[in-house]
Amino acid sequence: MNVAPSVPTVTVTHAPTDTANLTEKVSIKNLEFFYGESKALKSVSLPLYRNKVTAFIGPSGCGKSTLLRVLNRMYDLYPNQHAEGEVLFDGENILAPKQDVNLLRARIGMVFQKPTPFPMTIYENIAFGIRLYEKLSRSALDERVEQALTRSALWSEVKDKLNANGMSLSGGQQQRLCIARTVAVSPEVILFDEPCSALDPISTAKIEELIDELKSLYTIVIVTHNMQQAARVSDFTAFMYLGEVVEFDTTTKMFTTPRDRRTQDYITGRFG
Amino acid sequence: MPDHTAKAFDADLQEIARKVAEMGGLAEKEIADAVDALAKRDTDLAQRVITADLTTDQLQRDIEEKAILTIARRQPMAIDLREIVAALRLASDLERIGDLAKNIAKRVVALNGDFPPQKLIRGVEHISDLVLEQLKDVLDAYAQRDLDKAMMVWKGDDRVDAMYTSLFREMLTYMMEDPRNITFCTHLLFCAKNIERMGDHATNIAETVYYMVQGRTLTDERPKGDTTNIAPVAMSS
Repeated sequence: MNVAPSVPTVTVTHAPTDTANLTEKVSIKNLEFFYGESKALKSVSLPLYRNKVTAFIGPSGCGKSTLLRVLNRMYDLYPNQHAEGEVLFDGENILAPKQDVNLLRARIGMVFQKPTPFPMTIYENIAFGIRLYEKLSRSALDERVEQALTRSALWSEVKDKLNANGMSLSGGQQQRLCIARTVAVSPEVILFDEPCSALDPISTAKIEELIDELKSLYTIVIVTHNMQQAARVSDFTAFMYLGEVVEFDTTTKMFTTPRDRRTQDYITGRFG
Repeated sequence: MPDHTAKAFDADLQEIARKVAEMGGLAEKEIADAVDALAKRDTDLAQRVITADLTTDQLQRDIEEKAILTIARRQPMAIDLREIVAALRLASDLERIGDLAKNIAKRVVALNGDFPPQKLIRGVEHISDLVLEQLKDVLDAYAQRDLDKAMMVWKGDDRVDAMYTSLFREMLTYMMEDPRNITFCTHLLFCAKNIERMGDHATNIAETVYYMVQGRTLTDERPKGDTTNIAPVAMSS
């Protein structure tokens, strides 16, 4: 059988023709990440292509959420966590100390597993972030709120109750509110950390549909436990194991003819 | 390759593979019996072949149902998905082979009263022996995931084609010599053509084995030896 043996090197295997017309929005180069003394990411190198969806998959503890959280310097919030190597965002290394992390987190937004609406009105949930970066008139702000909610497929459901508390919405709606909040500050990249794990199938389908629409405007990275979701939603997939990228390729190739035996074992449910 | 974490998944795949093997065995028997019935003019045996084909058809339906259920339940990926697709394709090819054998058996009844010369019957037996060998080899290749064996079958079909071409010419000669030979020669020609078609199905199965193992389709041109549909027929005797 034509599956490569288990050699622990990064295999970025996609054919040049697959990416000939794509630009790298984010380039991760030899990234190493440490929780204290313990190395959680080992020499990770990956391209994240503009206006494409890249998925990180792998068993628990493989480092996919860790990797995601490096991309917007979330680890800064915790002591004893540090990163080495380079993460180039439009050519600039975001790991550099001089990087403005607040600005970074507006340009690279994040949506978490558990919906986290602010305890404010739906309107304020969205306006809050915008006001931090821009000074807008009331009508301009109204427009931006509507645009954000429309882009998150939530507008029609909440347009008549913008003053209702954000936490009164259903789980799926709350998650879309969080997405709206993220897109409101005009990011360039959106990171999704298992965005549908806590949601029912219908909400999940709506959010997957939304991700498909969003990629025309943003570059998207999604961490997911759900193999089928990764196969449905993403253009490129990275399979990670024990802190390394085992294989990276177009999603089509990864899920039909993966090169590494470990990848095949994982996606066919033979792992562990 | 390690087992699936969900043991029932392994059981599903094994069940499908088992049914395909069973169907392969039935198809082989149908061919052998049909040609035997033809050689011995045994209409009872021919009738048994016709009845046996119903079981082959039912097996194809069983395989399809099981495959679809497995796809719905397990969302198979990569090699698992290719295995299931391969099983579906094989079931389809084997069902056609069964039908072709049944058609030969039907002609045994139609030939009643006619006595084709032994030479021609021998010719049909030879081509069926070769095709039976091809089929057995390709089914082994499928069961063992043996790419080399599958490719040998794939390339070996030109021998079947060559045999068919020479049988075709011989029958033309008989038909031109004496119009009373036309009826049985036509029947035998259909039988020989059916067997040649079975050989083609065996190469389809070989291509499916290639796809299952390699993960991509075989796009090369298969060597073809049947020129009966393009070579001009000599009219002088």
